[in-house]
Amino acid sequence: MTISEYIELLFNDYTLRTITLGTAILGAVCGMLGSFAVLRKQSLLGDAISHAALPGIAVAFLITGAKDSNTLLLGALISGLLGAFWIKSIITKTHLKSDTALGLILSLFFGVGMLLLTFIQKQPNANQAGLDKYLFGQAATLLEKDVWFMAIVTSVCLGVLLLFWKEFKLLLFDPDYTKTLGFNIKFLDTLITSFIVAAIILGLQTVGVVLMSAMLLAPAAAARQWTNSLAIMVALAATFGAFSGVIGTGISASYPNLSTGPVIVLVASVFVIVSFIFSPGRGLLFKEIRFRKNRNDLKLHKTLSFMYDIAKNHDDISHPHTVKILNNFQGYTKKSLHKLEKENLIVLIGSNWSLTEEGFFKAKNLYNQHIETND
Amino acid sequence: MKEEIAVAIDDLTVAYNYKPVLWDIDLTIPKGVLMAIVGPNGAGKSTLIKAILGIIKPIAGSVTIFGKPYKNQRKLVAYVPQKGSVDWDFPTTALDVVLMGTYGSLGWIKRPGKTEKKAALEALEKVGMLPFKSRQISQLSGGQQQRIFLARALVQNAEIYFMDEPFQGVDATTEKAIINILKILRKAGKTVIVVHHDLQTVPEYFDWVTFLNVKKIATGPVSAIFNNENLIKTYGINYQVSVLE
Repeated sequence: MTISEYIELLFNDYTLRTITLGTAILGAVCGMLGSFAVLRKQSLLGDAISHAALPGIAVAFLITGAKDSNTLLLGALISGLLGAFWIKSIITKTHLKSDTALGLILSLFFGVGMLLLTFIQKQPNANQAGLDKYLFGQAATLLEKDVWFMAIVTSVCLGVLLLFWKEFKLLLFDPDYTKTLGFNIKFLDTLITSFIVAAIILGLQTVGVVLMSAMLLAPAAAARQWTNSLAIMVALAATFGAFSGVIGTGISASYPNLSTGPVIVLVASVFVIVSFIFSPGRGLLFKEIRFRKNRNDLKLHKTLSFMYDIAKNHDDISHPHTVKILNNFQGYTKKSLHKLEKENLIVLIGSNWSLTEEGFFKAKNLYNQHIETND
Repeated sequence: MKEEIAVAIDDLTVAYNYKPVLWDIDLTIPKGVLMAIVGPNGAGKSTLIKAILGIIKPIAGSVTIFGKPYKNQRKLVAYVPQKGSVDWDFPTTALDVVLMGTYGSLGWIKRPGKTEKKAALEALEKVGMLPFKSRQISQLSGGQQQRIFLARALVQNAEIYFMDEPFQGVDATTEKAIINILKILRKAGKTVIVVHHDLQTVPEYFDWVTFLNVKKIATGPVSAIFNNENLIKTYGINYQVSVLE
């Protein structure tokens, strides 16, 4: 199937369209809220919350016996919120650090969830099959009403985010200061955490408990690489998330037996890897290029300033000197001499070199510049 | 002695899990002083400021700002936290951080406009950071970051300034620049309270001092109480006790 065929299919096939829309919206809302989680250094909170949602699903099934996704996700929401605020109270009320609290709650809830799931599977009830889809998600089960629901939740998130943008930004950067200015940080914190829980619950059906946190973190981590503005970061993260959803769904629909959730997460990871390597400001590639360029420039500058020290003792700055004189100084090679010549800073005649006027003044100012940057 | 009292602290006690960090502090700070809070590590200096500002909840005691509870007087108070208390890799610019100083007077939801931006630029100018207004904050040096924090407090246009170790990790130039601003504030009749570590500069920089080591040791004009007796009471005895243990 070519890409254009796939796009045609996307517009004609109802199921595929529903799933693509659903995963795109999910990716967008997760990227948006994930930015907040990453900047609050609560990256693992998402992981803990999604795992904490599992027993809720099991309990909801045990109580109602229904497999309707709304009922089960309501159970997930309750136990996810319970887990989230339990973690927060452990951190504030005990000496435990946040990673310990997260780990504890994550394994406790997940353990209970798995226990209940195995218990349910042993029941003589035909209805029980398929609950384990919440572990890794099953995008194919998305219905139009699920997508509508996602869209509504996402709009509410976006609206509140825009409304309290100033306050959220302040809270993310400096919570203590936020408090002194009179803002209710408990309210803001509860708001953010509740939204993160909501986004996770939305994704359980599609991506599943185990991989859900990647949906929150990957787009945000990728977006952070490209910008130094919070607004752009949030917008980019939402875009990366949405594209992960669309592309992931496309790949999994084009090949047999590829589960959608994991593919989406992998696509999101590709965004992260590409961003880590190729982003201009913080990317590894450009960092390395800049590093090498700076190192080479510095080497040239060192050679040049050495030449300057020799030349400045003569009345005629362009008085030729033998290259051998540079042997006292380790930093020169034929290549660096030629490079200096090419930049019109020195003139090479046979085995002699002399500074050009340009080279002389460049070397002189170089020295001043280095002093200034040290200041 | 000056008449008006800027900050009045009454029986303030703060504890982290049974261990008292501040014990029964009574302290009145007159309006218009430039005051240093000095004391050894763990003496509760930062905690005192945080308790006054309601960041930490005391287990007992009360604080009034110009005679009224702090929560009614927020707009009269500005705060410069320790530089290390935030993540400087946060995606924002110097100007944006200074603008945060206007958020308190704006209140909920309302965004900063032209007036606020103008005030923020003026504050940046005062601390000599105007050329760096569009810099990402991680690309600023430690001293420059400290100046940004100071500018953020200046923009609050308060009556009382609380500063938690504004001289920590800054070079001599920045230290001079900051102390000049503090002195200008005092001249304008503002009250400035600074957690300070360098005892040698206390007489030069400040006119008022509080010795603190869990309890309040002494408070008053530098000329009257900054002496060996109080220094030993604050630092020496505690030091001896810890050696004996």
